[in-house]
Amino acid sequence: MIDISLHKHSAKQEVNSDLSKSKYDFTFALAGNPNVGKSTLFNALTGMNQHTGNWAGKTVSLEYGSCKHKDNLIRLVDLPGSYSLQHDSPEEEVTDDFIKSNDYDCVILVVDATSLERNLMLAVQVLKQTQMAVLCLNLMDEAKKQGISIDTDELSLRLGIPVVETAANKNRGINELMDKALDVASGRAKTFAVKSICDIGNRKSDYESRAEEISDLCKKIYCNVVDGTGQRYSSFDRKLDNIFTSKITGIPIMLLVFALIFWLTAYGANYPGEWLSAGFAYIKEQLSALCGLINMNSKLESFLLDGIYTTVSWVVSVMLPPAIIFFPLFALLEDFGYLPRVAFNLDRFFKRAGANGKQALTMLMGFGCNACGVMGCRIINSPRERLIGILTNSFVPCNGRLPTLMAIVSIFFASSLTGFKKSLVTTGILLLMLILVVFLTLAVSLLLSKTILKGTSSSFILELPPYRKPRFIKVILLSLKEKVLYVLSRAVMVAVPAGAIIWLMTNITVSDKSILYYFTDILSPVGEAVGVDGVVLSAFLLGFPANEIVIPIILMSYMSGNVLTEYSSIYELGVLLQSNGWTIVTAICTAVLCLLHFPCSTTCFTIKKETKSNLWTLASIIIPLMSGLFICFVINLISSFITG
Amino acid sequence: MTRCSLDMLPVGEKGVICSIDNTRIKNRILDLGFTKNTEISTLRKSPAGDPTAYLVKGSVIALRCEDARSINVSINNGD
Ligand SMILES: Nc1nc2c(ncn2[C@@H]2O[C@H](COP(=O)(O)OP(=O)(O)O)[C@@H](O)[C@H]2O)c(=O)[nH]1
Repeated sequence: MIDISLHKHSAKQEVNSDLSKSKYDFTFALAGNPNVGKSTLFNALTGMNQHTGNWAGKTVSLEYGSCKHKDNLIRLVDLPGSYSLQHDSPEEEVTDDFIKSNDYDCVILVVDATSLERNLMLAVQVLKQTQMAVLCLNLMDEAKKQGISIDTDELSLRLGIPVVETAANKNRGINELMDKALDVASGRAKTFAVKSICDIGNRKSDYESRAEEISDLCKKIYCNVVDGTGQRYSSFDRKLDNIFTSKITGIPIMLLVFALIFWLTAYGANYPGEWLSAGFAYIKEQLSALCGLINMNSKLESFLLDGIYTTVSWVVSVMLPPAIIFFPLFALLEDFGYLPRVAFNLDRFFKRAGANGKQALTMLMGFGCNACGVMGCRIINSPRERLIGILTNSFVPCNGRLPTLMAIVSIFFASSLTGFKKSLVTTGILLLMLILVVFLTLAVSLLLSKTILKGTSSSFILELPPYRKPRFIKVILLSLKEKVLYVLSRAVMVAVPAGAIIWLMTNITVSDKSILYYFTDILSPVGEAVGVDGVVLSAFLLGFPANEIVIPIILMSYMSGNVLTEYSSIYELGVLLQSNGWTIVTAICTAVLCLLHFPCSTTCFTIKKETKSNLWTLASIIIPLMSGLFICFVINLISSFITG
Repeated sequence: MTRCSLDMLPVGEKGVICSIDNTRIKNRILDLGFTKNTEISTLRKSPAGDPTAYLVKGSVIALRCEDARSINVSINNGD
């Protein structure tokens, strides 16, 4: 039902080809409930060899990977986490179809040893379909700690398949698991169909009696193989929930947690940001000197250095530092098990707006990338609420917009301050913006559910997993690696062509004026009506492929008039903006527009794919655009009223 | 032995599921292990009072009040 993975999938694009089956000796599929360590196992097995793919045109993605075991090349398929095969959700349908397809040699049933009874319910449903399977008793370390002991021989007998104990996050038992899976796949290990499992649903086949039969059978198996009840919802979980979800402290602590993350990001990003800018500036000098040495055409030099190089260095030095602080912190929070609690705390508010608390989770995913947030809306079961989640997701500032906001805020609202104080003020304003975003999301959701998406909030069913000690080093390194790669690859893919195009637009002149000038000139009246200028508006328009390039476009167009100078620090950036007529109002309006314009091209494309509708895609563009323009218009009106 | 709907089961109390009304979410909660004769206890309410978290078969599941209303439980007052 839920597989919220901010770090696991955020940078990946779906690829529509699976690893073709033919070159593999065997195919193993991983199946299990959400949150049993399936991804951990998958990652441990495949290392880097994985990618996301669509299976048989279904909307829910399967992950494919490969690994080698005892000289056999094995294709691994990670089925979406699901609770049942009697499909009530797309995840379950995909899992069921795959199990029926026989497109595999062995199913690895991953179960949570600390919650065996519930987990067995899916396992027996799979075993009714196929006996080509092994049971992976994961989280055995936890189970032992809780005093649960499991008679694996008895369990194996009662299920008819081999049982292996593992602790995926400690790499324990994984080799043995693969041995057993290979044995099953190659027929060396005999598995057998158990009568009580095959009889499920034979007498009465309606949903409820079937579920009851499954439940009773699992209870029986459970009572026969498990010793010690464990302490589900341990006192540890209880204590933490008393802090994180209590009436008094739940919401303040949630705000505090986010404030802390923003503050660490704002404060911490300063230093690497400065180092990167200084480094890039130094390299530029050297490159410029080199160009001089080889007598490069000065136009070409300007194109390469001022156009492409500057844009790339801007994107990297502005986007990378916040990303490498924000996302590891977020990943830690996810690993800890806090995020479902956010949905739990906020569901009431979303319900009032006719939406679903899980939208809080998709909003959080939106911080990484709105396209991921939009795709993540699959966790919302009601189609109406899912659409609301999709249409409002771009309100959340993504990876490419948050740093822009931070830069604007620190220039215009905290310029007189330094260091610690500056970061506090920046954090405060960012948090205020975040709260504004949440309110706006709720307001628009409410408006939508009163108008074009009429209906009342449906239901909210969410599992709250136990809190787990985050694996600090592993999680931080994993998310660092992914984010650095992500930002750098975006910089190359987007900033290089963008830099080239903008340079050409500012340098190709028609009757003494640059092309960009004509472009911004047309937009000027609109820009002025909403408190900014034509340059800012054109920057957002030209930034449609990627929000990262908005600030570089603004800079280049402002600088095109002057002799190009090196703007290496935030302070100098402030001077440049102010000399081009920026006031506090311009800054506020630019920040608002940065939050509220249209989703970037990738997000629009994803919305189209997810909603399969041009109309909804259009709505997802119009809603934030209109809100943004309207708010800025009002701000501008008020400010001109005040200043006279 | 008294009966009530799950949303009336006070925090900290235990009950046993005796029936589930036919609602939209019936199948989904059945899959999560909310079946007849299963023990269930109310763990806590969210800050705004709704949804509520329940412990079923060792997992913590949050449900909204309207949804919990469709589940009937019996409480054993004896012990
Ligand atoms: N203690 C312990 N934690 C584990 C084990 N396997 C996974 N985890 C943790 O369980 C959480 C959920 O794992 P994940 O792989 O995301 O679950 P998925 O939803 O099934 O993919 C993560 O915090 C993992 O670190 C294990 O064997 N032992």
